Amino acid sequence: MNCIIIDDEATARAIISQLCSNVTSLTVLEEFPNAIQAIKYLNQNEVDLIFLDIHMPDFTGFDFIETIKNPPKIILTTSDANFAIQAFEYDCIVDYLVKPITPERFQKAIQKAEASPVKASNNSNSSEHVETTSGNDLYVNIDRRLIKIDIPSIYLVEAKGDYILIKTEDKNYTVHSTLKKIEEKLPDSLFLKIHRSYIINVGKIIDIEDNSVLIKKDVIPVSRSNRPELMKRLNLL
Amino acid sequence: MEQPNLSYIENMSGGDKAFEQKLLDIIQKEFPEEKQVYFDNIEAENFKEAAENVHKLKHKISILGLVKSYEVAVNYEHNLIENSIEGKADFESILQNMTDFLKTL
Repeated sequence: MNCIIIDDEATARAIISQLCSNVTSLTVLEEFPNAIQAIKYLNQNEVDLIFLDIHMPDFTGFDFIETIKNPPKIILTTSDANFAIQAFEYDCIVDYLVKPITPERFQKAIQKAEASPVKASNNSNSSEHVETTSGNDLYVNIDRRLIKIDIPSIYLVEAKGDYILIKTEDKNYTVHSTLKKIEEKLPDSLFLKIHRSYIINVGKIIDIEDNSVLIKKDVIPVSRSNRPELMKRLNLL
Repeated sequence: MEQPNLSYIENMSGGDKAFEQKLLDIIQKEFPEEKQVYFDNIEAENFKEAAENVHKLKHKISILGLVKSYEVAVNYEHNLIENSIEGKADFESILQNMTDFLKTL
């Protein structure tokens, strides 16, 4: 079986890789410190088995499983036994290894993987995979899919409780996130927070009147504290 | 306090000394970085993030054979998730214990 290892901890990757080297039927193709890099790899390559850490920043192991279409066999690796019940919800998961992984328990997991009827799938034709991020793109997780948004096309982001509404030239997106998080991802050169609930693309402003801006067809309030920064950003005659 | 040891590493390496050294080198590099991120988050009172850091550090605690310390870390991680720092002193003495041990290698 060909396999890949996904774990944000270098120590864990080294241990799993070493344990794999003791199994003649197993070949480690690649190791990844995060799930996004692995998804890119899976767009181009076929694997039989994935060793997947659950607890990773930004994009967890479960996010990863829900993002890829027809996942291959997966052995979860974690320091927390509490996720075991959730793991059984996925047919692709053949075993669940609690760190630190012992050689004996690892061997058992490999036997389970080899005996598992779950078929490895070719992901290369999937249209639901994530590409890597580049300077002008932002990826948002909507309904278990990572959707690419062209950053300069965003003209408004509005906070709506536990969600944000991202408005672009072509389409609007409702995403489970916070204004603070997206603010960190958007370039300061283009975007400005003008109110606790709104971030705007300064270049898309049509006009400014009193304490509001017109951007596309939306009239957005400008808070008193943010107004000086907005005025600084304008090329005033 | 229980003392760190190399039993797990020696067991899983199957006598491969080169791998043992490689793994210790990785731990020596990664542990101080993870520890620093934890202390930064505690100082900034980012307890949820600190809980994530403790979660990751738990693996190294167990790799160094610290069974009781691992349980201390599990409880502390749960407390941090609840925005409580109960168990902080005990956890940080574990980190110091590991730091001292790694210096001897």
